[in-house]
Amino acid sequence: MSDGKLVGIVLVSHSAEVAASVADLAKALSGGGTAVLVAPAGGTEGGGFGTSAELVRAAAASVDRGAGVAVLTDLGSAVLTVKALLAEGDELPDNTRLVDAPFVEGAVAAVVTAATGADLAAVEAAAVEAYSYRKV
Amino acid sequence: MLDADFFRRWMTATAALVDREAERLTALDSPIGDADHGSNLQRGFTAVTAALEKEAPDTPGAVLILAGRQLISTVGGASGPLYGTLLRRTGKALADAAEVSPEQLAEALRTGVDAVRTLGGAAPGDKTMIDALVPAVDALGESFAAARDAADEGARATTPMQARKGRASYLGERSIGHQDPGATSSALVMTALAEAAGE
Repeated sequence: MSDGKLVGIVLVSHSAEVAASVADLAKALSGGGTAVLVAPAGGTEGGGFGTSAELVRAAAASVDRGAGVAVLTDLGSAVLTVKALLAEGDELPDNTRLVDAPFVEGAVAAVVTAATGADLAAVEAAAVEAYSYRKV
Repeated sequence: MLDADFFRRWMTATAALVDREAERLTALDSPIGDADHGSNLQRGFTAVTAALEKEAPDTPGAVLILAGRQLISTVGGASGPLYGTLLRRTGKALADAAEVSPEQLAEALRTGVDAVRTLGGAAPGDKTMIDALVPAVDALGESFAAARDAADEGARATTPMQARKGRASYLGERSIGHQDPGATSSALVMTALAEAAGE
């Protein structure tokens, strides 16, 4: 537990619809109700496909309650943008982490875990573990 | 010695070259990428030029850090964080010196290129901007013109390579035979540097 504060989750996709839908799906499966802190950062600010550093910054700020923020991404510029922002030092809230996880499964695992009040390390571990759920 | 004006000229010359070559960059990005490299960089460097005019940074390092930040914020594709990191790390390495020598720039640019390699995980031969930037930095000790020529040659040498990073890597062998758009735009950045130096 981290003082009753929940870890925030940011979902960064090239597509606004994908980010928003995965956020909705993860919230629906978490049973955490409205308390769950998950924010999508999808597409460019102009509504196109791509990654917006501005949307990532805003999403991270919106879910930061001081317990850390876990960021999940799809691929390419989403990964590189988050890494570049983290390298900058002061662009994202303290204790923000890029989590190496599959986007949909990882988001569900992260949000479900965060909803229980788990700390950032536990949320990250749950998301990373999603890679090992084999389907066949 | 190279002052803040020199670095502003480098950035505005890059913006002009990217404007002129945007269609070609996007055309190169069509068969092996997602056909947005030219327009993405155009948007980025237009923002760089506007920010430099508005904020008038007064040291070489401050010019590059501001430019890098604009690219990360405005490009929207992978080239934003990659070029943004290149310029910002180079700028940070120059610290707050009012003027720097070409040797100091060469050393700082190597720090920037290393940061790009770390960020994207690309090595020489992977058919990326690294294939133009590494030979350019190696040649920068000689002259700005030598760095420009080395970057050009490095970009052309990506044509027979198979892509191992980014979207083009999904194409496997089908990526062979196309010049890499990122290496091509990196050569433009080095051409602009030589222009700023009057070479």
